Amino acid sequence: MAAIVDRDRRAVGLTTSAGGRPGPGEGRAWRGLGRLLPLLAGAVLFVFPFYYMVVLSLKQRPEVGPAGVVPVGLSLRNYADIDQAIDLGRSLVNSAIFTGGVLFCTVVFGLLAGYALAQLHWRGREVVFYAMLLLLALPFQLLLIPLYVLVARDFGLADSYLGMVLPFALNSAAIFIFRQFFLQLPRELFEAARLDGASELRILATVVVPLSRPAIVTAMLVTFIGPWNEFLWPFLITKQAALQPLAVALANFMSNVMQREPNPAGALMAGAVVLAAPVVILFLFFQRQFVESSVGSGLKG
Amino acid sequence: MAAVTSAPGRGRRRQLRVRVGEHPIGYLFVLPYVVFLAAVYAYPFAFSVYMSFYDWFFAAPGAEVERPFVGLGNYAAALADPLVHVAIRNVAIFLAINVPITVVLSLALAAALNGVVPLRAFFRGAYFVPYVTASVAVVGVWYWLFSGYGLVARLLGPLAPNPPFLVNPRWAIVMIALYVTWKQLGFYVLLYLAALQNIPRELYEAARVDGAGWWRSFLAVTVPGVRPATVLVVILAVVVGANFFTEPYLLTGGGGPDNQSISPVLLIYRYGIEQNHPGYAAAIGVLLVVGVLAVSAVHRFVLERE
Repeated sequence: MAAIVDRDRRAVGLTTSAGGRPGPGEGRAWRGLGRLLPLLAGAVLFVFPFYYMVVLSLKQRPEVGPAGVVPVGLSLRNYADIDQAIDLGRSLVNSAIFTGGVLFCTVVFGLLAGYALAQLHWRGREVVFYAMLLLLALPFQLLLIPLYVLVARDFGLADSYLGMVLPFALNSAAIFIFRQFFLQLPRELFEAARLDGASELRILATVVVPLSRPAIVTAMLVTFIGPWNEFLWPFLITKQAALQPLAVALANFMSNVMQREPNPAGALMAGAVVLAAPVVILFLFFQRQFVESSVGSGLKG
Repeated sequence: MAAVTSAPGRGRRRQLRVRVGEHPIGYLFVLPYVVFLAAVYAYPFAFSVYMSFYDWFFAAPGAEVERPFVGLGNYAAALADPLVHVAIRNVAIFLAINVPITVVLSLALAAALNGVVPLRAFFRGAYFVPYVTASVAVVGVWYWLFSGYGLVARLLGPLAPNPPFLVNPRWAIVMIALYVTWKQLGFYVLLYLAALQNIPRELYEAARVDGAGWWRSFLAVTVPGVRPATVLVVILAVVVGANFFTEPYLLTGGGGPDNQSISPVLLIYRYGIEQNHPGYAAAIGVLLVVGVLAVSAVHRFVLERE
């Protein structure tokens, strides 16, 4: 609590959360430990399942009890097994196409929409913005059945990449990120280009896109995890195994096939590692962007 | 000559500008997004409400079928459906576990993380990783932690419930609630961390001058200071919590045992798509949304009045 106060006492090193009586050095260290211990306990609780996931995925024999925690008797056999069961390569390609389609639409059309909502003046702009906020409050689950009717029955897009991408095509969190980004830029930047006689499309190509690279990176990161992790929608819309993204293929493996495997836990965890790895790696590299944009969308949304 | 002919043209353009704004091309830029919102949100929403008043079902494309208007029939049937009752009870149990644990733990972890802490970035990252990871992947780990011969049951030995957690009629929904709480917690820690930065530190100094210890200043300064964030955390937890699907589908084998961990969205899927009663499923969806709105309105009212 006194943490904010403590910020000015950085020199002390291991500062404490204790307010009130400033104790001698030793008491301070103890209180620091008292604060660090719950944090460490929390971290173990959060990280251990990931550790267990990796170790189980490498276990040669099925050991899911306490023996499963110790990393001995390792091999890559489970990865071969899961590949045989669900064709990892093809599932990854499907995930990549689904995610790539969403990323492409979001960056192209989202950038345009964000720019128009922040820097262009046209009648009805506020109406569109507030209508958007209102519509986004509708839970996806309410829209599930009618979307299924629309996409699978009316448009005939069941078992197609287009049908998978459609409901996710424009990520609204990314559009918020673009809009926020363009709101921060001074209007004069674009006015100057207009005075030079540049058309809006030219301004877009020479000013807007090059300037918005950091916003594009953040928007792509935030958008990526949605379709990559999504289970419910692609599960509904794809019945052919050849089109299923990895999350769907792995879920079907878990509920139908897993128990027939010689090492069910190992095979499932190998698939889970492959599914989780891209997002976790991206997260480790771009932690700051993830953290800032999630808090931003949470506070505004 | 040219100047004379262009004068009326310029006037017309100015008039147009007054009517549509300075940059009419903005309409073109925003059009794809507006079409998307209309097709993926507005139309399905209207269709969902419409469908809930009809005995709607799937038919072969192009076939002329009659889908009779049933008024509130679907709603009456849903409210009398024992499975809907179980699903509502499960949402209530879920929220009773999820919301208090989420608020207390995420505020406690955020308070401990606020300020200078060794390994701060590591902790923040560790709490956040489950949130960004695919549910299908982490549900798999939980399955192998809590299944009958999984790690936790083995460690607990005779203390483990029988039947084991995930196939135990009492424990199944509790495990789902704990799983979702664990997975989402990092996000709420971040929200609280952001809220804590906004509390003026003079308040803590004043509390210290008044002789308040850590706990007193936590209660007197921190808790009221983060109240707007608490309202947000509770509402988001309720909205996310009412919509669980992947967890009962995968973790407890399709809402089992004996439908004891079924969720409203899993019911919507079963009735609407597996059993071809989309009108009935849409009515359950509308009831779910009305329920969620009511619960969050009550929470908001209670939290903001204090």
